[in-house]
Amino acid sequence: MSIDSIFVHKMWNDNELSKMVPGGVPYPMLSDAGGRVGKVFGVFDEDAGVETRGRFIIDPEGVVQGFEVLTPPVGRNIQETFRQVQAFQLVRNSKGQEATPSGWKPGKITLKPGPDLVGKVWEVWKADMAFD
Amino acid sequence: MPEEMKVGCARPTGGVVGESTEDEPQSTILPEKEVSAMIQVGKKAPDFVAPAYLNGKFVSVKLSEYLGKWVLLCFYPGDFTFV
Repeated sequence: MSIDSIFVHKMWNDNELSKMVPGGVPYPMLSDAGGRVGKVFGVFDEDAGVETRGRFIIDPEGVVQGFEVLTPPVGRNIQETFRQVQAFQLVRNSKGQEATPSGWKPGKITLKPGPDLVGKVWEVWKADMAFD
Repeated sequence: MPEEMKVGCARPTGGVVGESTEDEPQSTILPEKEVSAMIQVGKKAPDFVAPAYLNGKFVSVKLSEYLGKWVLLCFYPGDFTFV
């Protein structure tokens, strides 16, 4: 979503993005004239008149699970976004039984929070597991 | 699926769902009652409707239509910029 009109979105997609990505952008390119929606999400920069680089993960109940906001010169890390979505999906599918520790990636161990784990996290998880 | 919109010369606009789009400030004095509640994790995202471009068509997108699915809502400064 940006403040650009749907007409500009169409031009950008059809003339540039579809050359980067075959078929162009496969999901809706939203238009937020005046930053109305951006304001409500806290990412509209009034001085610059544009949205900052905010990204929100919203679960199937419509609840915001996480968000990240960066200033314009620095792009997002899509791998990290996917990692977070996978983590939130795992937690949700486990119905809150499992949690993902720092640096978790698919395939790494999860934690099962509960009274038994109090003071015993060190037995099942080591700090170097946070890294690749 | 977002429904297709017939778009003429007027620019379609969106906005927060539930908010009146007819609001024009009645007085020139704008009171400081802007309740810009910060987005919080663990709370529901505000519903909104917005015009969009998708696969060659102009459509209308409403966030609440995506309930039941995971949504990644990404804001960015502008088309034809670099990053």
